[in-house]
Amino acid sequence: MKLLGPLIAITLAFGAAAVFAETNPLPPKSGYDFLTPENQALQDDEFANPGMLWVETGARLWGENCASCHAEGSMRGVAARYPQWDEKLGRVINLEQRINDERQTRLGLDPLPYESEDLLGLTAYLGNQSRGLPIAVTVDGPAAASFERGRNFFYTRRGQLDLSCASCHEQHVGDHLRAETISQGQINGFPIYRVLWQTMGSTHRMFAWCNEAVRAEPYAPGSQEYVDLELFERWRGMGLVVETPAVRR
Amino acid sequence: MPNTRIKVPATAKAGDAVPIRAIIQHPMENGFRVNSQGTTIPVEIITDFVCTYDGQEVFRVKLEPGLSANPYFEFFLEATKSGPVDFWWKDQDGTETTASAPLEVT
Repeated sequence: MKLLGPLIAITLAFGAAAVFAETNPLPPKSGYDFLTPENQALQDDEFANPGMLWVETGARLWGENCASCHAEGSMRGVAARYPQWDEKLGRVINLEQRINDERQTRLGLDPLPYESEDLLGLTAYLGNQSRGLPIAVTVDGPAAASFERGRNFFYTRRGQLDLSCASCHEQHVGDHLRAETISQGQINGFPIYRVLWQTMGSTHRMFAWCNEAVRAEPYAPGSQEYVDLELFERWRGMGLVVETPAVRR
Repeated sequence: MPNTRIKVPATAKAGDAVPIRAIIQHPMENGFRVNSQGTTIPVEIITDFVCTYDGQEVFRVKLEPGLSANPYFEFFLEATKSGPVDFWWKDQDGTETTASAPLEVT
């Protein structure tokens, strides 16, 4: 009986760890909270927010190609659910891939290349339709394998600097890299207008940028590795609202 | 034609100073950056921005390569009479972009 006490305690501890593994280790905090007041003001200003220029491009394209099937306002909440499992393709796809799939299968158009003005415009437009809604991705069921791969990516050290995403965006949130405050790396505002780039950028451009920053070989935009990571990252941000188009430094 | 966004109040009282805002989507490439191949990216900028109020010029800017992308201007205009507020941008190749909004003065 003497031994049983510690044994139960150990079993309980392991059990608890297994449960906690499914919960977010950090209460999510948007990248907005790590911005300077000037950049926050730029994001909040509906007129001056440069991302709205891309939203307008997307609205124009939507009117040309998509609006004849999709009713006005029917896209509210859609972007908040992506990346999402696709039964037909048999894998988790993100919003960019959904748009291109629709273009190819329903409209007979060529897919838009990643980071093209048109694809950024459409994703910004769709994201903007969900602005203010909570992120609501599904990570169980058929998406579970993808989610696990995304989690592994996040916690795997890579590159010459031998850093994982978590090394900075989980263990050193709020600390500084020179003058920059390290954020949680949340992606609730994507695509973003990044001041450094002076233009709009997708989630995968940001992932590639981060990978290069730790001197790792980046994956291709639209690769399954990045889609899996995107799913995990979105799940990390459950509780945050969609801010598209966000302004980031 | 590049995207533009302008904001002019629909109505104003005579004598009021009304805020005018204008933004144009443009990379404003400064000519100092190099691409991944190491070659210089040529300059590509907007060179002129003019605002006219009822046909009369009220605001003019000469833009230089040091300005950041998507130039955004905000200024005040004294409302005197009803008329269109016209915006005009010209890039280095001579391409012109225009936008206009009416201002009604009561």
